[in-house]
Amino acid sequence: MIAVLIFMTAAVAISYWWLWKQKILEQPWLTEGTAVDNRDSTNLAGKSAKSGLFVFLAVVTSIFSLFISAYFMRMNLNDWLPVDEPRLLWGNTGVLALGSIAIHWTARAANNDSIATVRYGLIATGIFTSLFILGQWVAWQELVDQGHYLQSNPAATFFYLFTGLHGIHLLGGLWVWLKTTLKVLAGQNAEQTILSVELCRNYWHYLLVVWLCLFALLLST
Amino acid sequence: MAYVALADREPELSHPHSFITKYIWSQDHKVIAIQYGLTAIAVGVVALILSVMMRLQLGFPDSFSLISPSEYYQFVTMHGMIMVIYLLTALFLGGFGNYLIPLMVGARDMVFPYLNMLSYWVYLLSVIILMASFFVTGGPTGAGWTLYPPQAIMFGTPGVEAGIVLMLASLAVFIVAFTMGGLNYVTTVLQARTHGMTLMRMPLSVWGIFTATVLGLLAFPALLVSAIMMTFDRLLGTSFFMPAIVSMGEQSAYDGGSPILFQHLFWFFGHPEVYIVALPAFGIVSDLLSTHARKNIFGYRMMVWAIVGIGGLSFIVWAHHMYVSGMNPYFGFFFATTTLIIAIPTAIKVYNWVLTLWQGNIHLTVPMLFAIGFIFTFVHGGLTGIFLGNVVVDLPLSDTYFVIAHFHMVMGVSPILVVFGAIYHWYPKMTGRMYNERLGQTHFWMTFLGTYAIYLPMHYLGFLGVPRRYFAYEGIEFIPESAQDLNAAITIAAIFVAFTQIIFFANMIWSLFKGKKAGSNPWGSTSLEWQTPNTPPIHGNWGDELPKVYRWAYDYSVPGAEKDFIPQNTPPSDKAPETNT
Repeated sequence: MIAVLIFMTAAVAISYWWLWKQKILEQPWLTEGTAVDNRDSTNLAGKSAKSGLFVFLAVVTSIFSLFISAYFMRMNLNDWLPVDEPRLLWGNTGVLALGSIAIHWTARAANNDSIATVRYGLIATGIFTSLFILGQWVAWQELVDQGHYLQSNPAATFFYLFTGLHGIHLLGGLWVWLKTTLKVLAGQNAEQTILSVELCRNYWHYLLVVWLCLFALLLST
Repeated sequence: MAYVALADREPELSHPHSFITKYIWSQDHKVIAIQYGLTAIAVGVVALILSVMMRLQLGFPDSFSLISPSEYYQFVTMHGMIMVIYLLTALFLGGFGNYLIPLMVGARDMVFPYLNMLSYWVYLLSVIILMASFFVTGGPTGAGWTLYPPQAIMFGTPGVEAGIVLMLASLAVFIVAFTMGGLNYVTTVLQARTHGMTLMRMPLSVWGIFTATVLGLLAFPALLVSAIMMTFDRLLGTSFFMPAIVSMGEQSAYDGGSPILFQHLFWFFGHPEVYIVALPAFGIVSDLLSTHARKNIFGYRMMVWAIVGIGGLSFIVWAHHMYVSGMNPYFGFFFATTTLIIAIPTAIKVYNWVLTLWQGNIHLTVPMLFAIGFIFTFVHGGLTGIFLGNVVVDLPLSDTYFVIAHFHMVMGVSPILVVFGAIYHWYPKMTGRMYNERLGQTHFWMTFLGTYAIYLPMHYLGFLGVPRRYFAYEGIEFIPESAQDLNAAITIAAIFVAFTQIIFFANMIWSLFKGKKAGSNPWGSTSLEWQTPNTPPIHGNWGDELPKVYRWAYDYSVPGAEKDFIPQNTPPSDKAPETNT
């Protein structure tokens, strides 16, 4: 349970730090009379969406760290036969990183009000991400060809589970990407796209980091 | 002015007119709350009936043959799972969380209303899947609510054909629903508080629900992960949790898995789950006590810190459920220590509740009765928890009726008393009408004394070593004959309590149509939900302008004030005494 405990410690530490910043030591019975606090209440919808995504990513991190904990605990049992990861995964990793760069570039373009760049950026993001998912699929095929089925060994099971779970999250991201792209192609201007594109950017970066962690874990064990 | 920006949100609210968009596919947090609440209570009634069936079997094994041993296990499982997850979690967070958070922090609605609506319908789907398992071949799973492998998915356990799969699917769907709702509750508290509503001015109900939601968001993934892995084991033949097993003379296809792994994952969810249910109860009961004792809550800051502290600690005590699993004894030492540490913030809360009552102007209204009843049952269940938190005491008592008595006292009776108290407290706001006070009091006394009559004797059965989960106790030598008399008495008490609830339902339904008008603030309460322009509050909650908050939620009996309460949105008057800061 080490992995999940590390995550929980971080989560609790961040929460407590945040609470500390919110003046949790304040004596509220002495502060009568002030109706204004220093929260900036402009762009509430955008901020809500972003903090909603942040909380959601905490949930997803919890899921992944629990699976990783289970991986470590299951690994120590004696029927574990490590799987040779397909070399294709290196290529996939590169493609996913390109996708992340593309969406980052798109978000900058949206903030600079250049809708043409946003359009290209979104399409590039979609292509790279789809390529990654396709690549993962091919990697699965390679494993099956080598005789590593889902049931054959816990190491293989975890490989499918990790990559599958990560892929499903990416597919969810692609759904939002699709909706955003369709709106942009239908003539939305750059300012209206900022929020969706920025949310996509945060999500893509997050999933890249998750993939790097999972990949490192799979390679090292 | 900064207020304008908040008012800008108005066009986002859709104002539905047809019956269907207003009450069925509604995005109004109050309607969703009531949908959540009614569904949870309905499914809770099913679980109540199951428990009566089990008690009839245990109390009078020879007179009733309503259920078979397999059904007994299935009912135990379904009763536990429904009560903990589909009733209490859904009711406290989906029901009260949805209703109270936006009203108490002064928001017009949840920040993601559509997601909120979806959350309810997905929850309903999970309930339907769960109920469907009563009607499939083999019936619902009989693995116990903890679903321990290997037996949960081995032949010989009732419901292994389809019941267990439906159970796992239902749990996964429930977690999706909860996550959608939970994102809403957390983000609403983070972003949609009205002006002046700093964190430390929030009523403790919001603190409790907020912290419990954070716990839920972080802990439910553990249940999801274990459900996914067990589904793989059951359907796809992997061996995450399943060791090599010889069953009926044949080697099963499983090999090398670890049942302990499941227990770790399950209890990593399971222990925070206790606090997911308890923290909202803590928060709500604080508000009830303060309001009905006309006194500010004692040690507000301590109460907040205790809620937050308990939330953090609840993640490092899970293995105290596993002392008998054969884990390393040093782990037992660690987890016993953390378990006992959690008693400190909990005890602070209990002292503060009692000190809130001290010299208060106590009004023994129905919600107050339930709140005070909660203090009794919670102290009772909490103390037996300290027993069970110690490894040496836990080992002999493990899997006896003592454990049943403990957890029913602490997370069955106590939260349910708060649920009733909260319903009686907010009913006038939700419906605009008052219920029959006399019937409410009758309901309290019969429920409170009745549940004590059920669970107090169970402690003694536990000391005798009467094991739990048994269908019948004939021919077990170390159990004296008289234990069966106790069992029969418990059954009579259980049936009594079950039928008592008819009073509650009758009172609620009758008052809905015939109760006298309650007015907007019948209890003289300070928090924002009682200051809405309409009762019951309409869609959008606040009329033209959001309320502005000038003070904390506990200005009761302030010296020199006109009335014995000052609502949070009352600006400071010149007459109010200056505070020295």
